[in-house]
Amino acid sequence: MADLQFGDALPDAKEMEIVDAFVGETVVVWEGERVVRSGVTRRREQRHLLLPGLHLLQNSQGWISPGGLNYLAELLQVPPAEAYGVATFYDLFETEKPSAPGPQNHICVDAACAIAGSDDLISEIQAAGQRVHKSPCLGQCERAPAIFIQGVGTPDQVPADADGFSHPQRGDSSLRLLKRFGVADPLSIESYLSNGGYAALTRALDIGADAVLNTLEASGLSGRGGAAFPTGTKWRAVAEESSQSKHVVANADESEPGTFKDRLIMENDPFAIIEAMTIAGVTTGSKRGWIYVRGEYPLATHRLNHAIERSRSSGYLGSRICGSEYSFDIEVRRGAGAYICGEETALFNSIEGRRGEPRNKPPFPTTSGLFGEPTVINNPETLINVLEILNGGVDAYRSLGTERSPGTKLFCLSGHIQFPGLYEVPFGVSLGNLLETAGGVVGDLQAILMGGAAGRFVGPEKLDLPLTLEDAAANETTLGSGAIMVFSTDVNMLDITRRLAQFFRDESCGQCVPCRIGTVRQHEVLLQIKKEGPDKAQRELLDDISAVMSDASICGLGHTAASAIQSALDLGLLPQGAS
Amino acid sequence: MKEQVASQVSVHINGVTVNVEEGTTLLQAASSAGIEIPTLCWAENLTPVNACRLCVVEQQGSRALIPSCSRVCEDGAQIQTDSERVRLSRKMVLEFLTSTNDLSQSPDLVAWSEMYEVDTERYKAPAKIEDQIKIEDDLFVRAYDKCVLCYKCVEACGDDAQHTFAIAIAGRGFDARVSTEYEVPLPESACVYCGNCVGVCPTNALQFKTEFDLRDAKDWRPTEQEITETVCSYCGVGCSLELHTQDNQIVKVTSPSDHSVTSGHLCIKGRFGWQYVHAPEFKPREIP
Repeated sequence: MADLQFGDALPDAKEMEIVDAFVGETVVVWEGERVVRSGVTRRREQRHLLLPGLHLLQNSQGWISPGGLNYLAELLQVPPAEAYGVATFYDLFETEKPSAPGPQNHICVDAACAIAGSDDLISEIQAAGQRVHKSPCLGQCERAPAIFIQGVGTPDQVPADADGFSHPQRGDSSLRLLKRFGVADPLSIESYLSNGGYAALTRALDIGADAVLNTLEASGLSGRGGAAFPTGTKWRAVAEESSQSKHVVANADESEPGTFKDRLIMENDPFAIIEAMTIAGVTTGSKRGWIYVRGEYPLATHRLNHAIERSRSSGYLGSRICGSEYSFDIEVRRGAGAYICGEETALFNSIEGRRGEPRNKPPFPTTSGLFGEPTVINNPETLINVLEILNGGVDAYRSLGTERSPGTKLFCLSGHIQFPGLYEVPFGVSLGNLLETAGGVVGDLQAILMGGAAGRFVGPEKLDLPLTLEDAAANETTLGSGAIMVFSTDVNMLDITRRLAQFFRDESCGQCVPCRIGTVRQHEVLLQIKKEGPDKAQRELLDDISAVMSDASICGLGHTAASAIQSALDLGLLPQGAS
Repeated sequence: MKEQVASQVSVHINGVTVNVEEGTTLLQAASSAGIEIPTLCWAENLTPVNACRLCVVEQQGSRALIPSCSRVCEDGAQIQTDSERVRLSRKMVLEFLTSTNDLSQSPDLVAWSEMYEVDTERYKAPAKIEDQIKIEDDLFVRAYDKCVLCYKCVEACGDDAQHTFAIAIAGRGFDARVSTEYEVPLPESACVYCGNCVGVCPTNALQFKTEFDLRDAKDWRPTEQEITETVCSYCGVGCSLELHTQDNQIVKVTSPSDHSVTSGHLCIKGRFGWQYVHAPEFKPREIP
C-alpha cells in the first residue's frame, strides 16, 4: 500500500509518552524482518491496538486530540481518517475538547433507572457543577439509578461497586451457575480451586476434544445471548476447520437494556469464564482467546485481568496448559460504549480496530470470524454452562429444564419488582413464579418487557407462561438475553416506547438505510402520537417502518428495533382512542 | 463432465430457471435472465457493501430478505425479486432516502420513487441531512445534503482503487457522515485529487466544479453533451478517457468502469489535467 499521509497536528509530551509506552511495549515483538518487508502485514498485525490506544488517550486527556490521534494512527499505520471514524463511533470517546474539566458522569436514562429516579440524580449532579451524559442502559438495573464515572487521569469507576454484592438467592443449594457467587473469593484462584474450579478443564483434557463435543451436543446447550444457537454445533464447526489460527471470543459486551447477568458473572466468578474459554480453546484447536468486555464495567475488567494473570502463573493459561500439549492464552479488550458491538461480527470489527459495523452473514464466524479466521464466540452465561455439563454429566444437566430447553437460566429482574437482581431458575418455571421469587410486583402489574429493548412485551395474562425457549416462541415473545423488566400501572407506556425508540435511534450504527433512517422515523412518529393514541395513518406508518427494518436490515439490531414497540401496540398498551 | 456439472448451479428467479456458474451473485443471475433489480450502493468496479438494501430479494426459506448484489446463488434456490414484501422494503428505503436527502440530481432514484409509489407526505417534519456544501478547491465540490452514505467514495478512495484513505465514515447512526479526520478541508487531508470518489458517486453529492458552476448558472445541459473516447496522453499506461463536452468545451472526464486498464478509475492528470485543450491557440515561436 501507498505511504499514508498524516496531518500537521502534533501530540503533546504526555500523549507521546502514553502512546509510546503502550505501542512500544506491546508490539516491539513484531519489529522483525517481516515487519520491514511487509507494510500490509505490519498494518494488520498492529491495528487491533487502535481501540485500547484510544482508551488511553481519552483517559489521559479527557478527549482524543488531533495530535494524539495522529501520533497513534501513524505508529499503528492506520489512515487518520479511518482512526477518526473509529474514535467518533463510540460514546466513551470525545473528539472535541470537553467544555469543563473533570470526570464525565454517565447516568442511565433507560426504563429501570428512569423509574428509580435518574432525572433527580442528573439534576443533583449538574447542580454540583459536574458534567453529565445521559447514557443508555449501564447494566446495573438491580441497583438503579445507575451511574458510571469516566475518569480523566483517574481510573473509571462505578460508585455502587463499593457496596459489594448481595446475592438474592444466597444459601440456595440448588444453584448451578451461581453457586460460587458470594461463596468463593473472586480474587483467589485457591478459593476457586477449592470450590470445584478447573475440574472441568482437567476432565476435558482427559476425555479429549471429540468426547467434549459429543457431550455438549447431547446436553442440548444453546446460546444464552438471545439467538439460542446450539453451542455444540458451533464448537464442532470450528473444530473441523483446518485453519492454523482460530480464536475463542467471550462476548461480554452485554448492553441489552435490562441485562446485567454477564457483569455479575465476571465480577463474582471470573475464573469460571477463563476455564470455559480454555476448554473451548483445547476443544476447537484455538490458541488465542479474547474477552470483549463492556467499557462501562471497570470492576469486571479488573477482576478478569487479575484472574487471567493468576491462571497464567498457575499453569492454566499459556503454553502447555496443565502439562498438556495445548497452548491457550487470553487478552481482554474493553468496548467503548456501543450497543451494536454486542453483535458478534460488529464485535470482531471493533477488536480489529475498525468501526463496529456488523458484517453480512454468510460467511459465519465459525468459518470467517475474528481477523477472518474461524472463531467460537459465546457469552459468559453460555460458557459457564459448559463447566456444569462437563462436571456433572449430561444426565444430571438435563435433570432440570425441558427436553428442548435443558438446564437452568439466568434472569435479570428490574423495574417494579420487590427485589431486583439476578436469579437462576430451571427452564420451565412460570413467569409468575419467578416474579414471586423476587418478592413480587410493586404496585399493579401493567406489562412485562421480556428480553430487553430487542424483546417483546407481555401482559399480566401471561404470568402462567413457562419460561422455556419453546413456550416463549409459541407465545410470540422471547427470553432473549434473560432481561425481565416489570412495569406497574404507574408507568405511562407511551413514554416507555418513546424511550425504546430513542435507544435504537442512538445505537444504530448507521450502516444500512432501513435501520439508520428507520429508527429515526419510528422515534419521530412516536413523539408525534397524541395522548389519545396513534391514528390510523401513524399506525400504518409504524407497521411499514417495522416491516422494512425487520426484513431488510443487515443485522439483529435493525431486525428487532421495532419488535418491543410493535408488541406494545398489539397488546393495546398505548392509548387506542384515535384509531 | 462431472466437474462441469458441479461448477454450475441453477436458481429459480420469479419462476424462471437460470443456470449460472457457481459463485455468481443473484444480481448477476437475474440480470442474465433480463430481470432488473434496482441498486444504489453496488457498482461493478467496487466490492459490495450491502448498505442501501435496495436490491433485496426474497429467498424461500430465509427469514429476512437478502441482498442480491452480494449473495451468491445457491443451487435450487427459489427467488422472488418483485414480491409484495420486496416491493414494500424497496418503497420504504426510497421513502427514507427521499425524506432525508436532496435526490433531485439522481435520475435513477427519482424514477424508482415513482415506480414504487413513494409517498413522503406521510412523514411529518422528518429529520433531514442538510449539511452546507463544501467548496474547497477548483476541482470538485462536496454537497453532503445529497449523500446517501452508500460508501462508494470511501471504497474508491481506499482499498478498491486509490489506496489513499483520505475519507472514511465518521460518527454513528443518523449522524454518520463521510469525513476526513476532524473534518479538515480536503486540501489539508491525504486527498490526491484523483476524483475517483466523484466518478462513483450516484447522487451528485460529489460533483466536478465545472458541472457545479454550470448548474449554478442554469446552463448544465446533459442531453446536449457529447462524449468523445480517447486515450490519456500523460503517461504510457493507456487509460481510456471519455471527454464530456458541452458547446465544444470539456465539462468533465470519466472512464468506462468496465475498461480493462482503469476499471473506471483515473489519476489527477487524466481526470483534471485537460485545461490546456482550451488554451488560446498555440503559435509556434518563430525561429530567427
